[in-house]
Amino acid sequence: MIEVRNLKKHFGQNEVLRGIDQHISKGEVVAVIGPSGSGKSTFLRCLNQLEETTEGEIYVDGELINTPKADINKIRQKMGMVFQQFNLFPHLSVKKNITLAPVLLKKMTPEEADKKAIELLERVGLAEKADDYPSSLSGGQKQRVAIARALAMDPEIMLFDEPTSALDPEMVGEVLKVIKQLAEEKMTMVIVTHEMGFAREVATRVLFIDQGVVMEENTPEELFGNPQNERTKLFLSKIL
Amino acid sequence: MFWLSVQQSGFHAWLEKIQDQFIRCFIEEDRYMLLVKGIGVTIKVSLVALALGLIIGFLIALCNLSGKKPVKAIGRVYTDVIRGTPSVTQLMIIYFVVFASIHWSKWLIAAIAFGINSGAYVSEIIRAGILSIDRGQTEAGRSLGLSASQTMTRIIMPQAVKNIFPALCNEFIVLIKETAIVGYVGLMDIQKAGDFIKSATFLPFMPLIATAIIYYILIKLLNFGLRKIEKALRKSDLRR
Repeated sequence: MIEVRNLKKHFGQNEVLRGIDQHISKGEVVAVIGPSGSGKSTFLRCLNQLEETTEGEIYVDGELINTPKADINKIRQKMGMVFQQFNLFPHLSVKKNITLAPVLLKKMTPEEADKKAIELLERVGLAEKADDYPSSLSGGQKQRVAIARALAMDPEIMLFDEPTSALDPEMVGEVLKVIKQLAEEKMTMVIVTHEMGFAREVATRVLFIDQGVVMEENTPEELFGNPQNERTKLFLSKIL
Repeated sequence: MFWLSVQQSGFHAWLEKIQDQFIRCFIEEDRYMLLVKGIGVTIKVSLVALALGLIIGFLIALCNLSGKKPVKAIGRVYTDVIRGTPSVTQLMIIYFVVFASIHWSKWLIAAIAFGINSGAYVSEIIRAGILSIDRGQTEAGRSLGLSASQTMTRIIMPQAVKNIFPALCNEFIVLIKETAIVGYVGLMDIQKAGDFIKSATFLPFMPLIATAIIYYILIKLLNFGLRKIEKALRKSDLRR
């Protein structure tokens, strides 16, 4: 579904990604872990071209996306993204946040989009907040709305960029529950996270990224239980 | 008793002098009509210049924010040249050089000159307003598959307008006062009308004070209207 070949990303002199090769198949839940500044968020943001790549190729459903010829807006419609800082649209109600893109991009009529929005809000447990504005929501609620907004475009892949890092501890659970539910529905997902327990539980595969390369990858049981790479061991010993 | 009568007769003499001046300045030869027509000219030039300034300002702001170097250069040179030269000079160049052989009505040419001038300042106001919106908003819009222009019109601008509006009001007020130089190209606005009456009657006091009062009232009225609009804009804002 996503094929990454020799992906490199430089910010000026700073080499953030130094050659990543990955293949992500349909139905996989890939957790990306690693120390801060390792390039894991940059890797995720390259996947939907919020960051331009310096070198290498990214294919989505066999189509090369990091080229000026690619219709990036079309490709992004297949990939939902959830941000650390939620990035809800503060001038729109919760429902409008969700329906804006599907209606504007002619994926649905306004009536269909409204119906879908209510469905999604029920799914994330926020149906009663449909007409509220984001400023009146808690962090956990905002993030659940953000997930609903991304799902409204019926994406094939969901990208999560540290979805719980900006939340108060007591709100982490409600957001993880929604993501776990998606995993059970076999949604293809790439999740950059610091929640090791969560990664262990929902991921089908874990990538440990450090210094701009994938140092180690394995099933969660193996990677957390029996890490091979020295840097993985060091990292896990620090945080577990 | 004697003193009081002198004072009284002095006061009477003063009152008569004022009355006489007033009649000579405004009533004789229907001179007040000059000022009335002047108000029309000032308003006409200001409104058209405002509209033009907004359009030019928005386009130049987009140039300045563009990632493409040559486009950016256009915006930079424009603001640089306009802000680096006096508006009287610009007005005279546009009237006597650029439009030398094009016979449009005087006020329209003046309005174009002021619009070009105002555009440079408006562009900086709009640019600052757009930059005040968090980058995450753009990223959220683009990640949903919206194009750059859809993101700008549906997500960024609706939020930026609230930040832009107060500064824009200020610019509009400056613009109205700036038009007091249109006498340089032979237009009879409020200022020129006052000046004309001064020269015709050799009485500087009344016409110049009247000119000041008329500008003051115009701007007071405008301010009142703009405050109303701003209040409406802030309705959905918690800060209010």
